[in-house]
Amino acid sequence: MAYQPPKQGFVAQIVDVVVLLVLTVGALYLPLYLGLAGATKTPNPIENPTWETLNQNVVEQQQWAALGITDPAAANDIVTARFNYDFSWTALIVMAVLVIGYFVMVVRLSDKEYREVIDERFGPKR
Amino acid sequence: MANVTSTAAAPERLQLLRVLGPGHVWALGVGIVLVGEYMGWNFAIGKGGMIAGLVACWVAGLLYTCVAMIDSEVTSTVAAAGGQYAQAKHIVGPLMAFNVGLFLVMAYTMLEAGNAITIGFLLDTVAGMQGHSGLNQQPFIILAVMFLAWLNYRGVLATLTFNFVITAIAFLAIIILFLVVQFGGSNVPLDFSAVAEEPLPYGWVGIIASIHFGLWYYLGIEGTCQAAEEVRSPSRSLPYGTMAGIMTLLIAATLTWYVCSGLIPWEYLGQAGTPLFDAARVTGSTGLMVLLFIGTIFSTLASANGCINDASRAWFSMGRDRYLPIWFGAVHPVYRTPYRSIVFLVPIALIFALGAPLDQVVTFSILSGLLGYTFMSFNMVMFRRKWPLETIKRGYVHPFHPLPAIVLLVLCATAYIAVFLGYGTQLIAMMCFYIVASLWFHFWRYRFVRRGDQFTMPWPRPQGY
Repeated sequence: MAYQPPKQGFVAQIVDVVVLLVLTVGALYLPLYLGLAGATKTPNPIENPTWETLNQNVVEQQQWAALGITDPAAANDIVTARFNYDFSWTALIVMAVLVIGYFVMVVRLSDKEYREVIDERFGPKR
Repeated sequence: MANVTSTAAAPERLQLLRVLGPGHVWALGVGIVLVGEYMGWNFAIGKGGMIAGLVACWVAGLLYTCVAMIDSEVTSTVAAAGGQYAQAKHIVGPLMAFNVGLFLVMAYTMLEAGNAITIGFLLDTVAGMQGHSGLNQQPFIILAVMFLAWLNYRGVLATLTFNFVITAIAFLAIIILFLVVQFGGSNVPLDFSAVAEEPLPYGWVGIIASIHFGLWYYLGIEGTCQAAEEVRSPSRSLPYGTMAGIMTLLIAATLTWYVCSGLIPWEYLGQAGTPLFDAARVTGSTGLMVLLFIGTIFSTLASANGCINDASRAWFSMGRDRYLPIWFGAVHPVYRTPYRSIVFLVPIALIFALGAPLDQVVTFSILSGLLGYTFMSFNMVMFRRKWPLETIKRGYVHPFHPLPAIVLLVLCATAYIAVFLGYGTQLIAMMCFYIVASLWFHFWRYRFVRRGDQFTMPWPRPQGY
């Protein structure tokens, strides 16, 4: 016999949507609010910068000028900023375990649900 | 097949209109993605330098070629609204489908938010150039999102015809910029000296890191299959539109890298908000500046437009299947669009467009897309195993299986490491979100789902079940 789902009331439907919304906004905004999000470049400005010491050739100087930056000091932070790619191997392994574990969990639980779907659609396996 | 698909779910329900052709599919896919050439991709250069940016462009191109090949086969066979969501439902199971639906909604809604941010940023830049700096961007962000949501509300044919026109103009703007610069029309010549002098400022790790934003060149091309229930001939139009789309984007991405890298110092380019518009500024040509301004605006509008279309289809499909409250599964009685889903997602896009920085929003979108591509790799293998080629008729059969699936999985793993290099916290937070949401669905929400209704294709029983 086909599975008959319970009827969900209007309020319960709203609660379900709110739960998802809170989860979504929370997961995405929490790292931002905690200041843990994103890779920031760290400028390493040099003293008394010139285009030459910033390693910008004549054509590049023209390009900077066309972009509205004619003073090397204004380009100092942009040119010298660099990312730091040092990382913790432990954190990398945690990430790998989370990603792989997540997909394994979803596929296994899905398979359990899928068997119910197939049995109802095609009848029990003989 | 298409009729069986739509009628098996509920014959008495209003259906989405089948009015789209291959050109609309191309416009939907390229329209969503082309903005990636106008903004965001250049952060890849910031992450690894000019060479790393080019390698990222082509590696991501390979990843998306695999995506397009896989998608073309599966979608030409599973032609239902929701695209990969419907694929997951028929091939892996309901929980996977719920997750894929969320990937789609998150990826497209965040991309929509990123587009709105770019519109505001560009208008602010142009206002500054005219001596009116400090423009309040928020009204323009809200206006853009609301206008496109209204357009989507009113009907899919008008929406995607609008997309076709503005996408074509935005694409032509890139071609014209390339031709003008190539034939000496720029006041400042192309300069690639940084390629020789500072090819890899971060070494090889920079190449891996840059793949993160390299995905942005193409992210969203898989959205073509969201319109499967609104295409007149899905088995023909979807593969044709998708493959034509990825070819268009590979050309546009390479031209964009070439022009921007030659005209803009890589250190500036790596953090620019609107790189193609900046390249036009460097040429000194007012005509090109106007053209690329229009191109940037049109590409962001086309992308946001397509994103609203796709995110709402995925949300609608989940509502229709009761994975979400069934209230979202309604079709407008006159316009035949998923109007409740369209309206519901508007404030969510605005929350992020008005409150989060562009690189964060882009990363949220990329992460959800990446999870979806990972799913596609094993989904393809499961599809061929459960229904070998001779058991069901496919609209398109992609060659070299399982090579594209394996390449896709390897490139996805590399991209996870790329995202981890700088955005590891977001990645972990997002994984926690999907794990909690999955448990919520499996142990609570799934009780409201009708089991047999989850399989609507006229296929034989899957092998092994």
